[in-house]
Amino acid sequence: MMRLIFSLFVAGLSRRRLASILSFIAIALGVALGVAVNLVNRSALDAFEHGVRVISGEADMQIIGPRQGFDEALYARVARLDSVEVASPVVDIEAPLADKPGSLRILGLDLLRAARIQPGLSPKLDSTQASESRFAADAVFLSSAAMRELRLEPGQTLRVKVGLAIRDLRVVGTLHGGEDGARFGLMDIAAAQLTLDQLGRLQRIDLRWAEGVAPSQARAQLAGLLPPGLTLVQPEAAAMQAAALSRAYRANLGMLAVVALATGAFLVFASQALSVVRRGAEFALLRALGVSRHMLLTGVLAEGAALGLLGGLAGLALGFLFAGVALRVLGGDLGAGYFSDAPTALSFDWPTSLVFVALGFIAAVAGSAWPARAAVRAAPAPALRSGYQPSVPKLPTRRRLGVGFLLLAFPLAAIPPLGGLPVAGYLAVVCVLVGAIALLPALARRLFAHLPAMQAIVFDLARQRVAGASGQAVIASGGVLASVALAVAMAIMVASFRDSVDAWLDRVLPADLYVRAGRIGQAGGLDAAAQMALERMPGVARVEYVRHEQIRLPGSVLPLSIVARRIPAEGAGALFPMQAEQRVAAGDTPIWISEAAQDLFGWRPGMAIELPFGGVYRSFKVAGVWRDYARQNGAVLIDLAVYRRFNADALATDAALWLAPGASAENVSAELRQRFGAALDIVSAGEIRRSSLALFDRTFAVTYALEACAVLIGLFGIAASFAAAVAARKKEFGMLRHLGLTRGQIGATLACEGALTAGLGVLGGLAAGGLIGVLLVRVINRQSFHWSMDFSIPWLSLLGFSLAMIASAALAARLAGAQAMREGALRAVREDS
Amino acid sequence: MHLSRRRLLAAAFALPWLQSARAAAYPPVVPRRLVFPRDHAAHPEYRTEWWYLTGWLSAPGVPDFGFQVTFFQVRPGIAEDNPSAFSPRHIVIAHAALAWPGEHRLLHDSRAARAGFGLVGAETDRLSIFLDHWRMEVRNDGLHVRVDSRDFALLLDGAPPPPVLLQGKDGWSQKAPGKEHASYYVSMPQWPLRGTVTVKGQRFEVSGRAWFDHEWSSELMHPEAAGWDWAGVNLNDGGALMLFRMRRQDGSALWFGGTWRKASGETLRFGPGDIVWETLREWTSPRTGWRYPVEVRIRVAGRELQLKPLMDDQELDSRRSTGAVYWEGAVTAFEAGQRIGRGYLELTGYGERLNI
Repeated sequence: MMRLIFSLFVAGLSRRRLASILSFIAIALGVALGVAVNLVNRSALDAFEHGVRVISGEADMQIIGPRQGFDEALYARVARLDSVEVASPVVDIEAPLADKPGSLRILGLDLLRAARIQPGLSPKLDSTQASESRFAADAVFLSSAAMRELRLEPGQTLRVKVGLAIRDLRVVGTLHGGEDGARFGLMDIAAAQLTLDQLGRLQRIDLRWAEGVAPSQARAQLAGLLPPGLTLVQPEAAAMQAAALSRAYRANLGMLAVVALATGAFLVFASQALSVVRRGAEFALLRALGVSRHMLLTGVLAEGAALGLLGGLAGLALGFLFAGVALRVLGGDLGAGYFSDAPTALSFDWPTSLVFVALGFIAAVAGSAWPARAAVRAAPAPALRSGYQPSVPKLPTRRRLGVGFLLLAFPLAAIPPLGGLPVAGYLAVVCVLVGAIALLPALARRLFAHLPAMQAIVFDLARQRVAGASGQAVIASGGVLASVALAVAMAIMVASFRDSVDAWLDRVLPADLYVRAGRIGQAGGLDAAAQMALERMPGVARVEYVRHEQIRLPGSVLPLSIVARRIPAEGAGALFPMQAEQRVAAGDTPIWISEAAQDLFGWRPGMAIELPFGGVYRSFKVAGVWRDYARQNGAVLIDLAVYRRFNADALATDAALWLAPGASAENVSAELRQRFGAALDIVSAGEIRRSSLALFDRTFAVTYALEACAVLIGLFGIAASFAAAVAARKKEFGMLRHLGLTRGQIGATLACEGALTAGLGVLGGLAAGGLIGVLLVRVINRQSFHWSMDFSIPWLSLLGFSLAMIASAALAARLAGAQAMREGALRAVREDS
Repeated sequence: MHLSRRRLLAAAFALPWLQSARAAAYPPVVPRRLVFPRDHAAHPEYRTEWWYLTGWLSAPGVPDFGFQVTFFQVRPGIAEDNPSAFSPRHIVIAHAALAWPGEHRLLHDSRAARAGFGLVGAETDRLSIFLDHWRMEVRNDGLHVRVDSRDFALLLDGAPPPPVLLQGKDGWSQKAPGKEHASYYVSMPQWPLRGTVTVKGQRFEVSGRAWFDHEWSSELMHPEAAGWDWAGVNLNDGGALMLFRMRRQDGSALWFGGTWRKASGETLRFGPGDIVWETLREWTSPRTGWRYPVEVRIRVAGRELQLKPLMDDQELDSRRSTGAVYWEGAVTAFEAGQRIGRGYLELTGYGERLNI
């Protein structure tokens, strides 16, 4: 039975070579995308987690606080507790490199104690270095990954920026234990405090509980010691934070891969549906020879299964290949900037990879299900008659079903995210797609019936053909619809996002020049003297400062970003696009929250909230919600004077400079450079805008690749269905040749049919894509990244894309038909007569 | 050798970089009058200092056993200009071992940490050295020692300090040819102790007598020296005997020294030429393959003593953590077949050449 099925059905796939290969490629591509996206994400998370494990070692808990650190006196109090076996103080600084872009994470550990908590981190002094140099103020050990990436060797110098100064660090050895791509440096804690301007401060304390102490008891004992703003977290929290921040991004990429796979399923459906019709006579003969309905059903399904299995396995291999290339070219976060440590090796995640293979298999079998049932239902007798002209049955119009699905999308869109993921939003997208495809036959009938009659015979033939056999057109255009909808939706989303970011950058970058000395988590900044010097620079009319900081709220894995700026008299709305701005009562301190802060912490305008500053909880009133594309984890804007009052921190991270009339940016930059040295970053608003948009484009580069694949698969659908249909229409073409049409004219007819078919799909795809675009902008992006954006439609690109799609479809149809036409069409007519 | 011993241990325990003999200004070790209790406390300006407590303890139901608790404070002379509170101006190293006969080898553990934050350090006004939860201190009511490790814990309380025994010339003890090779060296033998010892979860009430040594110096080991042998014995009659020899690489003696305080209070001091040190039996370590003269005969002041170990395997092998290997164990002193006292014997430099 198996062999029979194989020889009667599966082996037949090789006879319909083009259609089979295209179906195979579609499934393989879909599976490959899913596998690759998943592997790259897995590898990046694994590398990150490995780094976290190496760095936090066997710590049971960690004390963390504001990014700028906390008073080291806490260390002595904590270490004295009976429940604490080892307390290891940590300085943790992201140091910008002086000679190249980027930064390096530098840990300052007590090298004598660290071995008891971080046994995996063994600093090995290079043989050329004197033994005491490991404690020298400029001595740094580099992980092998850092050594490799920075192209440094022991004995060489690493130059980093610390505030406005540049410090030379001497590479004294290698860190073993950091092999797997974790990129960081290690110094003795005393050296780190001195050289990285952290005297008296710690960023973290790693703890190991004494034996026999219940963790809950130890935590309770410790909690009493921690001032507001410091929290006790599991060492895994850092990995969880990275995973949480990137999860929505990863989920969105995964969904794109699944949509590509669904398009592939549609392609299998299209080619199988048409091939079943074409083999009507063959199947009838088999039935007459005693092949059961059941076996027929099994046979057609087996064809799909074979395609799915082969495509899935090829996709698996291809996915590994893609992932390897993507990792090398784009990095572990596929260019999105979530992970600083590039994974050096792929983590093979077999279970999830095999899920994608299974999805490919299921897609192919599901795509064959309707064609298989159609094959079984066909009455054998008419098909056995000579002169039988196979045709696709008119597809049922499931108008009510389609409308129902479309309507269902609305309530789904209103459902809040599940576990931080827009699950209902994805379901709404599926509803729109299913609804649109269900409505496609109705659209086809409406559209083709009303196409005007045309003078040119070629066009008119095509028009009549698609109107008469709308079933075939609908099947082929379904795949186009799905892929166009995806592409259109993504285009709308990206355009909306990009335009909004562009407008946002305009708003937040009003000054001419920006200077920066240190970023969050980096040492130093502009101190009072530097600020005064800035204000007195010739050519500088006005200076505004920003202090960036991150604080920890109890119970939250994610840090909250603080943006402290002078709030102008006209309100905070002058600084950021602001909604729900309101005045607070005279005694209240206003604070403005970002949309992400609103979503993540549940704060609302007018609400009173408490935040830990300088070891004390301070009360604020939420005075507005602002749009923040720079920080996904939530941010609050507070007045700089208020921040300084609460923090005893007079440093500024950034300064915005307005030039005096007639002053040139070049001259002022040059003077700044001369006055402050190379450690100061000086950029114009234009440069920030350009680099921000470049980062944006890089982030979306991968989604473009996924879209391109989906579009390609949609075009394959057209090609495959035409290849199948043309073979079935040999007689028709023979007749047309007989009637005097040239081969070229028949080819043109086919191209027109392809264009009309694709046009139907493109129209449906535009409509569905528009709806999905709204869902992406308003629901999925908002829920995933907490970013609102203004809806904008890239009309011109969509028009160009639609025309290109239709033209490509015409070409694909023409090419697919060419093979069939080469075989003597006249012979086909002769056979008939 | 004490001086050197402590240096050796310091170097061994951890910290190869402690060998760095760079430029810090250490006070010279010259004869001077020691004042107590001030000189029981730390002398942080010197290069190295150590407080060393050894002895035999008795507990009901188990054979008598030996213990050793040592605290070192080292001033490596590095990073002294770094204002950070974490600057490793002083490193404290603590080491504890238990010669528990049922174990057939030493239970031991060691710690090292930089001084600071009131967590690790040594007081300068009284004898008090601490490294996290480990400590050795003299309070008004006497001595208190606390050490806990995974395999064992010691909680010992001693009487107030017994009379000091100033080694060498009033506490100035020469270690090798040349006046610069010296240390300040103060002993307090016959210190009665009681307390509890926990071995692998089992707690014992213990009592016994200890030998206490305190030594500090700025000097390095003599360049010709390869290692040393040292013994400190609490004699049954109330007397106390300390003997050492400094050895060259070829095994010959570079220097001898020692003190015998008799029960009567009369004190004999020995130098090179006064002591004969002979090996009676060697034991080969199955771990390192090194041979230690664990049973010796010592002729001094017209008497002939034999030292026999509590057990042969009292080798401290901490190569995995710190790199040092030497033999330091509880011994019994015999004279003419009679047991006349108990103490500790230290044998260093029997394997690879010490790099101090």
